[in-house]
Amino acid sequence: MTPPDFAFYLFAVLVVAAGLFTVIARNPVHSVLWLILAFLSSAGLFVLMGAEFVAMLLIIVYVGAVAVLFLFVVMMLDVDFTSLKAEMTKYMPIALLIGVVILMQLGIVFGVWQTSDIAADNVAAATERFGGASNTQAIGQLIYDDYLLLFQLAGLILLVAMIGAIVLTLRHRTDVKRQNVVSQIMRDPKASMALKDVKSGQGLQ
Amino acid sequence: MIGLEHYLTVAGALFVIGIFGLFLNRKNVIIILMSIELMLLAVNINLVAFSTHMGDLVGQVFTLFVLTVAAAEAAIGLAILVCFFRNRGTIAVEDINMMKG
Repeated sequence: MTPPDFAFYLFAVLVVAAGLFTVIARNPVHSVLWLILAFLSSAGLFVLMGAEFVAMLLIIVYVGAVAVLFLFVVMMLDVDFTSLKAEMTKYMPIALLIGVVILMQLGIVFGVWQTSDIAADNVAAATERFGGASNTQAIGQLIYDDYLLLFQLAGLILLVAMIGAIVLTLRHRTDVKRQNVVSQIMRDPKASMALKDVKSGQGLQ
Repeated sequence: MIGLEHYLTVAGALFVIGIFGLFLNRKNVIIILMSIELMLLAVNINLVAFSTHMGDLVGQVFTLFVLTVAAAEAAIGLAILVCFFRNRGTIAVEDINMMKG
């Protein structure tokens, strides 16, 4: 077994095991940590396939942002997870049944699957087209030349998602003192301050 | 020699685990969202495997877009979850029937 083969089997077993533990873990925090392991090992698989850019993107976006977002929400919500997990055994048979059925369907598809003869003619962006450019350079050329509009649209999706998430979770508390900048700036010295001429020996009323 | 089939097997197993988790954790929305992430990851592995096997880089570009949509979906889903938890004090899926006509 060559080192790449060994690395593949290591990462493959890690991905599948981490995915399984994500699903069956009793503690949601452990679930998120297993999910992070699954993402990291699949990034390893991507590196083995020669897709370094997507692998690094997976680590930065998924492990760095999405998984941490999950972790925040799990820790922020004070939910009694034991009661939610208690009925897991109840759903186990139906989940196993559906899982086995879909696995068998995928197996049947896998058994009869073959590559079309004209598949090689439909290659839209052959790797050879980019000469000796690295994977990241080639993808950069592709998304900034051929798929610029789609790339911008992806950015728009992220913008809309960001605004939506902020709007959904924003709330104005009424019991908190807030700074009103406009009223501070518009404050008039005449209305808030008075000069009094105090005579000696007498106080102010 | 590791070929396309090996990667497809891993992706298929991961996808089935995602569906399994969807039905196993009927009550816990957070784990359901994580299962969806696992399924999207399986799809990404499939796309990249075919991309490198066919020598076509468009598969990896498409993976980029799947990743974008998955990140947006997770953000919105968790925002809705936080909102729901504030209003109801629970995240049990069975309680989410307020909108039924």
